[in-house]
Amino acid sequence: MCLGIPGQVKQIYEQHGARMGKVNFGGIVKDVCLEYVPELVVGDYTIVHVGFALTKIDEASAQETLKLFHEMGLLEEELEPEAKAAKAPAPESCYVNPNIAKPT
Amino acid sequence: MKYLNEFRDGEIAQRMAGEIRQLTTRPWAIMEVCGGQTHSIIRNGIDQLLPPEIELIHGPGCPVCVTPLELIDKALAIAALPDVIFCSFGDMLRVPGSEKDLFRIKSEGGDVRVVYSPLDSVNIARENPNRRVVFFGIGFETTAPANAMAVKWAHAQGLENFSMLVSHVLVPPAIKAIMESPGNRVQAFLAAGHVCSVMGLWQYPPLAERYRTPIVATGFEPLDVLEGIRRTVRQLEAGEAFVENAYARAVTFEGNKPAQAMLAEVFETCDRVWRGIGVIPQSGWRLSAKYRNYDAEYCFDVSGIQTTESPLCMSGAVLQGRIKPHQCPAFDKQCTPRNPLGATMVSSEGACAAYYNYGRFANVENPGVAT
Amino acid sequence: MSTLPDFTHWACPLPLRDYPNVVIGHGGGGKLGAELVEHLFVPAFRNDALENLGDSSVIEFARGASRLALSTDSFVVRPLFFPGGSIGELAVNGTVNDLAMSGAKPLYLTAGFIIEEGLPMQQLGEIVNRMAEAARQAGVLIVTGDTKVVDKGHGDGVFINTAGIGIVPDGIRIGPQFAQAGDAVILSGTIGDHGMAVMSVREGLAFDSLIQSDCAALNNLVEAMLAVDPSAIHVLRDPTRGGLASSLNEIAVRSQVGIDIDERALPVMPDVQSACELLGMDPIYVANEGKLVAFVAKDSAEAVLAAMRAHPLGQQAAIIGKVTHQHAGMLVARTAIGGSRVIPMQLGEQLPRIC
Repeated sequence: MCLGIPGQVKQIYEQHGARMGKVNFGGIVKDVCLEYVPELVVGDYTIVHVGFALTKIDEASAQETLKLFHEMGLLEEELEPEAKAAKAPAPESCYVNPNIAKPT
Repeated sequence: MKYLNEFRDGEIAQRMAGEIRQLTTRPWAIMEVCGGQTHSIIRNGIDQLLPPEIELIHGPGCPVCVTPLELIDKALAIAALPDVIFCSFGDMLRVPGSEKDLFRIKSEGGDVRVVYSPLDSVNIARENPNRRVVFFGIGFETTAPANAMAVKWAHAQGLENFSMLVSHVLVPPAIKAIMESPGNRVQAFLAAGHVCSVMGLWQYPPLAERYRTPIVATGFEPLDVLEGIRRTVRQLEAGEAFVENAYARAVTFEGNKPAQAMLAEVFETCDRVWRGIGVIPQSGWRLSAKYRNYDAEYCFDVSGIQTTESPLCMSGAVLQGRIKPHQCPAFDKQCTPRNPLGATMVSSEGACAAYYNYGRFANVENPGVAT
Repeated sequence: MSTLPDFTHWACPLPLRDYPNVVIGHGGGGKLGAELVEHLFVPAFRNDALENLGDSSVIEFARGASRLALSTDSFVVRPLFFPGGSIGELAVNGTVNDLAMSGAKPLYLTAGFIIEEGLPMQQLGEIVNRMAEAARQAGVLIVTGDTKVVDKGHGDGVFINTAGIGIVPDGIRIGPQFAQAGDAVILSGTIGDHGMAVMSVREGLAFDSLIQSDCAALNNLVEAMLAVDPSAIHVLRDPTRGGLASSLNEIAVRSQVGIDIDERALPVMPDVQSACELLGMDPIYVANEGKLVAFVAKDSAEAVLAAMRAHPLGQQAAIIGKVTHQHAGMLVARTAIGGSRVIPMQLGEQLPRIC
């Protein structure tokens, strides 16, 4: 129930008395209802679900999160190359799902 | 796409999985209650990156799977009427009712249309004043604001030929029901990211406290899901149980106030039957009295519908994590994706359909798997 | 791009210009129908066999042609015109491609039209001209046809059936049952373009975009590939309805082999990816109309790939996976994050989702 896609507000207009926007999703433009996020201005990014903006993306927070993600595990890799080598990659052509019981 | 692709980085995902492996010392059972997260987990193979001690239980998070059978049958009855244009999200078209699904109704002459947004159905109502237009308003709290606005617009534009068949379900009562069900094994929850964008996080601390279960608001891209799991495991290993926000770029504690205000006006809480699970009190929304004229259950005479759920279907037990799909006696016998008995086999991210596809070729290499 | 038939100098008594829309009489086998043939189809498709206007067309084959390829397909697309193409190009290229996928050289096509009463003549003219242009580009001739008209409300504007015939040169042995373990799986270019181009103009789901259908005839590309080493190419398939996933599943089952692909190698245009994200669709299930997937013997893979990339329709060709002994009959993909997923055959049409 949660397919929400990030897009950038390109234009804001009114239709039937409601605040609408043209939102660009990586090259695709859709008309979106902005009534629920009145603080959105052109240039902002928003999460859109079934034609409605639900939230303004906190870009500072996004960048912060990405930075943390990038750093994750890096220090460990630098300090323990042997430990990293010990974790062998999954075998080719082999699906491994720990949640499925071995077929009997 | 900005704010999407960066959260799919394969290398970072591998490192995050490594972090989770480092943290994990014991088996843990974590449930996500969000079809979108289930889809992402299966689509990206996220569960395979996790250590075998972590069990992800796919909960009743997809409206496709939990919309009550009676409501599906009502939808089918309405869609079959000759003057009706029945609009729906694509997800619902193949969900089996007692006898048919919307696809069958379409093939029998029903005017069934897939739309992207409920507003599309309002437009269709305006353009077809001589037809009755009905929108199938399913979904969790994420979709409710959109459906609410559609009803409001129809009201504002005086579209008397428009109505909505509402079947909204709520996450917090589901968490409660799961934690209180006998034999429950779930120890922590990933909260649905976009549900939280709308509703905020304020409903969850009492649940975390009462049931001593970590609840982590989680996004949908692989890195978001892994981060949600990582924070959950960290809490579990430390014996902690509180509400955390792992999707800060789209979730705040208060949530979306204008949306919540609209929801309070257009909907009212009610008991809801969750397909396969049963009644969960105060777990759904229906249109409030003010908007009763737009409630399809009142506009159409759809009482007296006899529903017959297959007695073999155990999707409820699957959705609550009590059994795994392959433990259902009908699995891969009477029940297959081609002939589904229940909704969990229909939806491509329903747990049963997922197991069906993977199970044909499972090749378990991890010892000590929890079953 | 195309010129409509010039209506201004037609003879009496009932020139086509008096009929802005197709009427039932145009399918009646009488004067109106003859007018349609004489003033629309023949000038557009222009060739000797057609202009004889016999009940069937008689063609002479080159000496030594020992195997014929035959194919037929019907086209029911809605809307009739979409970004990058129309039902016309689809009707020609679809059948040309089906022939080419057997390694055949496509030669002649038939064209049957079932037209809905009321279709604007302008649209029919446009479609026919596009068919003519597509046939010219593919190097095939449309040598015989038929027209029927059905009552208004009983058709989607127009349905077109084309059947095609081609010659399979000796030494070619290509079919869905010939995939072998070790074969490289090569895709000729980006996937999902056509399906999302059509989706962008579909009622209820439309969106603004620059996505164009990739509709194209692939026979010349196939010739270039065969020229490298005809025996090295085991399977060819153009992934139309159901997308790449369906084609690969079908081949895996027919050949009883497993197929492993790496999702990171799949070429997808950014706009197509975005459109799929918006609607919750997977490009691997979306229709293509100008792409092929080839199963090529391991040792010739690089050479065939180079030949594809040198051709305008294969510039973004890529090796996306290989055939394996394991998991026979199934398609498995390595995901971008290093997990794997089984990609099953879809049951019906892929639908947009919110979940």
